[in-house]
This record gives sequence, structure tokens and C-alpha cells, in this order.
Amino acid sequence: MDTFSESLGTALQLIWSADPELSDIVLLSLRVSLAAVLFAALLGLPAGAALGVGRFPGRQAIIVVLNGLMGLPPVVVGLLVYLLLSRSGPLGDYGLLFTPSAMVIAQTVLITPIIAALSRQTIEDAWGEYEEQLRSLGASPGRAALTLLWDTRFSLMIALLAGFGRAAAEVGAVLIVGGNIAGVTRVMTTTIALETSKGDLPLALALGFILVGLIIAVNAAAQLTRQWALRHYG
Amino acid sequence: MNSIRGTLLACLAGLTLISSAAPGEEEFIVVASTTSTEQSGLFGHILPIFVKETGIKVRVIAQGTGQALDTGRRGDADVVFVHDKAKEEQFVADGFGIGRRDVMYNDFVLIGPKADPAKVAGGKDITEALKKISAAKAPFVSRGDKSGTHSAELRLWKEGGIDIEQAKGPWYKDTGSGMGPALNTAASLNAYILADRGTWLSFKNRRDLVVVVEGDERLFNQYGVILVNPAKHRHVKEELGQQFIDWVVSPEGQKAIADYKIDGQQLFFPNARP
Amino acid sequence: MSNGRGSVFPLVLERVCFSPKGFPIVDRVSLAIDAGVRTVILGANGAGKSLLMRLMHGLLSPTSGRITWCGREERPDAQAMVFQRPVLLRTSALRNVAYGLQLAGVPRGERMERALDALKRVELSHLAQRPARVLSGGEQQRLALARAWALEPRILFLDEPTASLDPTAARDVEEVIREIASSGCKIVMTTHNLGQARRLAEEVIFLHRGRVMEYTPVNVFFPAPRSAEADAFIKGELP
Repeated sequence: MDTFSESLGTALQLIWSADPELSDIVLLSLRVSLAAVLFAALLGLPAGAALGVGRFPGRQAIIVVLNGLMGLPPVVVGLLVYLLLSRSGPLGDYGLLFTPSAMVIAQTVLITPIIAALSRQTIEDAWGEYEEQLRSLGASPGRAALTLLWDTRFSLMIALLAGFGRAAAEVGAVLIVGGNIAGVTRVMTTTIALETSKGDLPLALALGFILVGLIIAVNAAAQLTRQWALRHYG
Repeated sequence: MNSIRGTLLACLAGLTLISSAAPGEEEFIVVASTTSTEQSGLFGHILPIFVKETGIKVRVIAQGTGQALDTGRRGDADVVFVHDKAKEEQFVADGFGIGRRDVMYNDFVLIGPKADPAKVAGGKDITEALKKISAAKAPFVSRGDKSGTHSAELRLWKEGGIDIEQAKGPWYKDTGSGMGPALNTAASLNAYILADRGTWLSFKNRRDLVVVVEGDERLFNQYGVILVNPAKHRHVKEELGQQFIDWVVSPEGQKAIADYKIDGQQLFFPNARP
Repeated sequence: MSNGRGSVFPLVLERVCFSPKGFPIVDRVSLAIDAGVRTVILGANGAGKSLLMRLMHGLLSPTSGRITWCGREERPDAQAMVFQRPVLLRTSALRNVAYGLQLAGVPRGERMERALDALKRVELSHLAQRPARVLSGGEQQRLALARAWALEPRILFLDEPTASLDPTAARDVEEVIREIASSGCKIVMTTHNLGQARRLAEEVIFLHRGRVMEYTPVNVFFPAPRSAEADAFIKGELP
């Protein structure tokens, strides 16, 4: 347990002094995962809404596949995106491999199914409640989907937070497509992996505390959002 | 409704995040290298000197030798900096690299538990030591990852007359990992392991492990630097990459390598020929 | 798709059946409904009142038979419906009314004016900025009525509008319904509450097991029902 109290001390020291290397790593982690959530939302929310409201042949099959994709292993996503972005791959000309952009792409691929599946469930439940009234008022299915996306915004916010948590916590995808380059593509999770492999456990644990703290904060935000929305909007 | 405005704002925010995360129009090269050069701290020492002199940033991907050469083959790096001469020469022969230069050498050391079950400590003959370990079936951790260190290990078993494929059993742990993680595993299992001196010196989790055999000439480990062939991959930054290679084999670069020490000990010995 | 404004009446059902699971829940209903008097569809639980109403409003399509509005098969726009439980968006009362107008294509400036006016008519002006979902049951139902009324429909369908409300709230809602009727909008309402039917109906359609048993003015229906089922219903024997 000596390592534990030693690393706790190191962690608090690093956080307190806002160590510049540490800050860069944390900021990059946040930027990559936040950007991924934004793009995943732009893709996943309309998809989820379309699936929630629409009725067409093959819909059930798509939903089953989508729910399954929520469990995509990050390393597999990393491998696939790596093959796509490598100079020898189809998108090689853009030179995206080993850059933060590649990490954003990989994480977007990883969490879009989560956001689409969760929003699909939310919208479908809401549609059950709203369908007759909205159709009575003359809303087309497309219009209704947009209305529901706005009306269920608090539940959707929670889905986005879930996506963010998953992105911020994963290491497999960003490690493979980012290359863990010092100062360029090193994020919290990949740094923890690196420091652990070097046997520098106190530093790894320090970053671990920060990462867990971030995840807890994200979950707290989700909970508070839920309560606030219930109280103010019913 | 507000939803359309909100969506556009989200797009804008996303693009801002991306562009601020992506670096600006600075000059840089990608160097695929091994974990030993990065984790020993060598690159942390010599690269800032290079950047200061030329303004070219160096992005290092630390992988095993095998993986680094593969990255070079795919054209995802501009320069390859590894330590397996045989594989390097094959790389060039296959047309994936040009202009290979010797840069430096370091040595491997045999690490083992203080308790030394195979009784090899203090010996000067690495193949004798390996024979004893195999005979005693003492725990031994192997990199198993196509790295330069792994290739050296396999070569040494062979030189000792041991067919490791036949001889290996539960005592031989094939971890498929980098030097650091493999050392961690050896430390936890109190096992023997072949490591490069640089990584060993900067490794912090030693527990009961110590150096048991060193100094045998066969433990010397040659590093080479190769430019990825621009004819095979037109994206390769030929000029910048060549500048890096030229610097590393130049008197300044060689001096920078020699100057790098941990606890007063020099890790890498420059031996570039003009 | 729309039938334009004004082309609702007569609303004619010709031998309309609705049999989603094989057997008819609405059984060979033939009706002609005209503008003017307040029509109440009466019947026991499970008689098919709600489904009949949804067929009339165009939310459901009949399994067989025909429904026409002013001789046309296209569903007209100038109608609205209020449900037993008001479905309101997570926004202010005012915006809820405005949403209905927005869907109807009313331009922004006129939207807000008409919404405020509708709230005034149902006496909810003081709650315009309140989140709709925190209002009481009666206030929510009046808000739903305001939303429907603002659309200036020619016909308003109401499906058990006060079934979930306490008596005071129910009376408030009934008051609003009367006002809507006096403003020239046709009211078609379902209820299983005899007292309410007596208060509000000017003509009665009595439904039993999906079939129209009676369609008579209110002062004929209650004192002198023609069918045994209607008689039993009025006496309180049917559930």
C-alpha cells in the first residue's frame, strides 16, 4: 500500500500545481472526446429519431444490429480506422493517421451507435405518448421527429453524457490510430498505459485518479440534469 | 424551432474543437522507432536539440522493431529507426527503404531475480547462461513481439544450441509485449528476462530483479536509421526525413547520443560511419 | 393531402368497420354528421367510442367501408382533437399553443398574437410563461383546448376530456367546451358519464359493441330510448 499513498501524494501535487504536461494531456483528452460526441450526436440523433418514429420493413433488424454495435470493442474500431486511414489504405491521401483528427474519427465511430441506440429508445417511447396528438395537429413524421428530439432533450443529454464517458475512458482505439505521440496524440488513457508499462506507477495512478474523477463528474452532471429537468419541466 | 440553430452551433463547435486540437502548419516528420529508444529517454534528450537546430518537429511512434518496419512498409512513417540489422537490410532489399545508416549501439543485459535459481549470476557467457536457465526450467519472460530484442533473444537461444520451440514449456512466458510491460511481468514473476540496458536503467519497478549477465560481445545491439522509400510512397517527406538522418549521423547528433546518461552511465554508443 | 378549410360537412361514414385483430370493434357504422349541434357519443367502456372518434378524425383508417368529408375522401385540415390525457410539450403554455399554429403554417408574428388570444379565452393568460407540464390537470386540459381552438377548426373531437379530472376542473372544462361550441365550432365528444352527457349533449349517438344503436336528439334519447341496451345504460345497469 506504500505505492498507493505515494501515488496519491503525487497525484494531488500534479493536480494542484497544474503541471503543464499534465494539463496538455487532459485538455487533449477533453477536446478529442468532446469533438467525437458532437459529431456522433450529429450523426446519431437524427438516425435514432428516424428509427424511433419511422415504420418500415427491416426496421427491427436495424435496431438489433444497432444495439449490438453499442458493444463494439474499441480495439476493433481502432484497427478498422487504422486500415482506412493508413497511407496504404483508401483514405491514405489525407494523411490523417497519427493525428488527433484520427482519434476523433475513431471515437466518433465508437460512440455513434450508442447515441443512436439510446436516442432511438427515448424517441420511440416518447412517440408512443405523443403520436396521436402530433398527428392530430398535422405533424408529418419528419416534423414529429424534430419536435421529439427537442422535447426529449434532457434524456438525450444523458445519452450524450454516456457517449462521452465511453469515449473518455477508452484506450484501444486512440492508441492504435493516434500512436501515442508525445505532445501530439497522447491522452489520459494512453498515457496511463504508457506510464504503467514503464513501471512509473505513481504517475499512472495520478492520471487514473483524474480520469475517474472526470467520469464521476460526468455521471453527476447526468443525474443533476435529470432532476433539474423533472423539477422545472415536468 | 431552436433545433436548427442549435444543430448549426454544434457543428461549429465541433469543427473548432477539431481544428484547435490539430496542430498548425508546422514542419514535422514521423519516425517509427522502438520502445527502447523512447522509453530509455534517449529521444527525449536528443530530439529537442534537433528541433532547435532545424525547426523540424519529430513525432515518434514507439513500437517494436517488427511493427515499426511494418509501419514503414505501409508508408505511415517517413523514417524508421530500429535495431535488427538483418530485418533492416531485408527492408531495404525489398525496396521499402533507402539509405540505411548505422547510428549507434547499446547492449542487452540478462536480468534475473536476486535468488538466481539457475545460478547464472556473474557469468560472462550469455549462451551458457541461457542453457542453464533452460535446463533448470527457471521462469523466463520473452518479448514475443517481433521486436529487435525478441529477435536477439531468439538468435541467442539458437547460438546456444537450444531449439526454443521444442524446449519451451510453462517456464517460458511469451508475453507479446513491449520492454516495459515485459519487465513488469518479470518483476512480478521473479523471472529472467533479456532487456536493453537503456530501458532497464530507466525502469522503476524493479522489485527483486538485478543484472545477472552482461558484457558478452554477442549482447551488443546495433541501431540503424532508414528513410522510407519515396518512390514507393510519394507522401514521404524525403527532404525533411533526410535532414533528420543526416543530423543523427553527424558529429553533433552523435555527440548528443553519447551525452545521454542515466545515473552517470552512458546508454548508447554512437558508431555512425561517414 | 389537405382538403382546405371549410370542406368538412357532412362527415359521412358508410358501413365503416374497424377490425384490427380480425373481429370488428367498430361494426358497420353508418352515420352522417352535420355542423351545428353538440353531438355526444355515449356508450359503455369498450363500446368502441374512442376508436370511432379516431376514425372520424382520420387518425385511423377503416378496415372496410368509406369515410367522406363533404363528399371528398381526403382528410380536411380544419379539425382538431383533444384527448383524455393532454399531451403537452416540455415548454411554456404559450409555446404549446404556438406550436399548433406553427404546424398550421401561421407566420410568426400572427402566431404569438393568436396564441395569447386563445389563452385569454380559456382564462390561462396568467400562466402563459409557466412550463405546461407543471400545470394542474384541469389547467392542462384547458391549455389543450386553447391549442385546438387557436387553430379555428370547423369540428372539434373530444375523447373523454374530463375523465381524469376532479369535478371542479371538469366543470371548468365543460364551460370552455360550451364556449367553443357557441363560437361556431362543431363539437363531437365521447363520454361514459351520463350527467355530463345530459349537461352538454344536444344530440346523442349511442354505441353498443361497436354498433350504432341510436342517433337521436337529447330530449328524445334520455326520456325515451328505443333500444333495450340504451335503456339499460341510462338506468346504470351496463357498466
